[in-house]
Amino acid sequence: MNGIHDMGGMHGFGPVPLEENEPLFHADWESRAMAITVLMGGWGRWNIDAARRAREDMHPAAYLNHSYYERWIDALERLMLETGMVTEEELRGGEPQRNPPEGKAPPAPEAVAAMLRRGGPSLRSLDRPARFQPGDQVRTLNTQPQGHTRLPRYARARTGTVVFHHGAHVLPDSNAHFQGENPDHLYAVRFTARELWGPKASVRDTVTLDLWENYLEPA
Amino acid sequence: MSDDHDHHHHDQHSHLPPDPALRVQALETLLVRKGLVDPASLNAIIDTYANEVGPQNGARVVATAWADPAYRDWLLRDATAAIGDLGYEGRQGEHIVALENTPQVHNMVVCTLCSCYPWPVLGLPPAWYKSEAYRSRAVREPRAVLAEFGVALPEETEIRVWDSTSEMRYLVVPRRPPGTEGWSVERLAELVTRDAMIGTGLARTPEETA
Repeated sequence: MNGIHDMGGMHGFGPVPLEENEPLFHADWESRAMAITVLMGGWGRWNIDAARRAREDMHPAAYLNHSYYERWIDALERLMLETGMVTEEELRGGEPQRNPPEGKAPPAPEAVAAMLRRGGPSLRSLDRPARFQPGDQVRTLNTQPQGHTRLPRYARARTGTVVFHHGAHVLPDSNAHFQGENPDHLYAVRFTARELWGPKASVRDTVTLDLWENYLEPA
Repeated sequence: MSDDHDHHHHDQHSHLPPDPALRVQALETLLVRKGLVDPASLNAIIDTYANEVGPQNGARVVATAWADPAYRDWLLRDATAAIGDLGYEGRQGEHIVALENTPQVHNMVVCTLCSCYPWPVLGLPPAWYKSEAYRSRAVREPRAVLAEFGVALPEETEIRVWDSTSEMRYLVVPRRPPGTEGWSVERLAELVTRDAMIGTGLARTPEETA
């Protein structure tokens, strides 16, 4: 989707907000928000792409008005509603129904380390051979999908060079909408700064993005 | 039509941020009462990223690569395995690629779409990495961004920006400072800053740590 989250190349946000001796969290609630989000993900009711999609679904004004972990909490509440883990009434302060899904217990403290070490690999096997090889020239499609995508606006309809083939990975565009993992070949594709930003950009600098075969055509 | 309008109106208002501390506390209370969250598990997650997983991990990876050419080759060939060998793996670092800086190429990592960052080696990202300013500008004017970090590189050096758009995670291996020949991994690791491994900084020199 052409959302506010897709901010590569935008003007107007000012200098990078550097902070001396920045704390890991700026308030206790930020650490709780992070941990609740990670732990609730452990129920397996959604995936990382759906979580990103939920954050992108915020109204653009709300997205910018919320701090980072506020976006996480806002998206988490909507994911829990979407998957039936909580109800509107409960979120509004109604009496909670005790209903751990299928009678299972939440991840126990001693299981947390293993959960974090396991992570969620996105590499998949795929019989279909890769269409492109390192060195190939490719062009990104000029798509305007309404749903989730990882092809930023600034890199659409641009020509670049494949530098890595990362193997086949879960396709976020479908996985984010619970429409299947649809593994697809993933490539690192390098674009010159001038291809992306025009003739005033540096002649030497480049930007490399990871792009699925689904986003590309031969140049 | 009026329904649509009301709906939109409602959405706007429900997305005005209330006090986040109260909101998160209410949410945690709800989820605990529903049996969905164990507060001790939340504490374990926070403790992991506060005390165990952070840029000290990545610094050890980089210092090991500086000290051991065979490890460096492995890291550049298969970073996930080489980093896993030092005990760092998992969430938000399932697939890692190491990028070595040279006199010709300076690598710099951003996530324009969200905040993708290699957690097992760098921990949770700093606020500036997640900021609108960094996300919007790093791809379009990396040299201006680097200047704000106090980093100036020659025109001849290619600034190679990596936009983390997939589950691949990128770790920058900064250039080893001169005057560190024969140093131990532990001593070298003190020169490797978080920003150097994102590519918005350089490794510290022996003079800077003296």
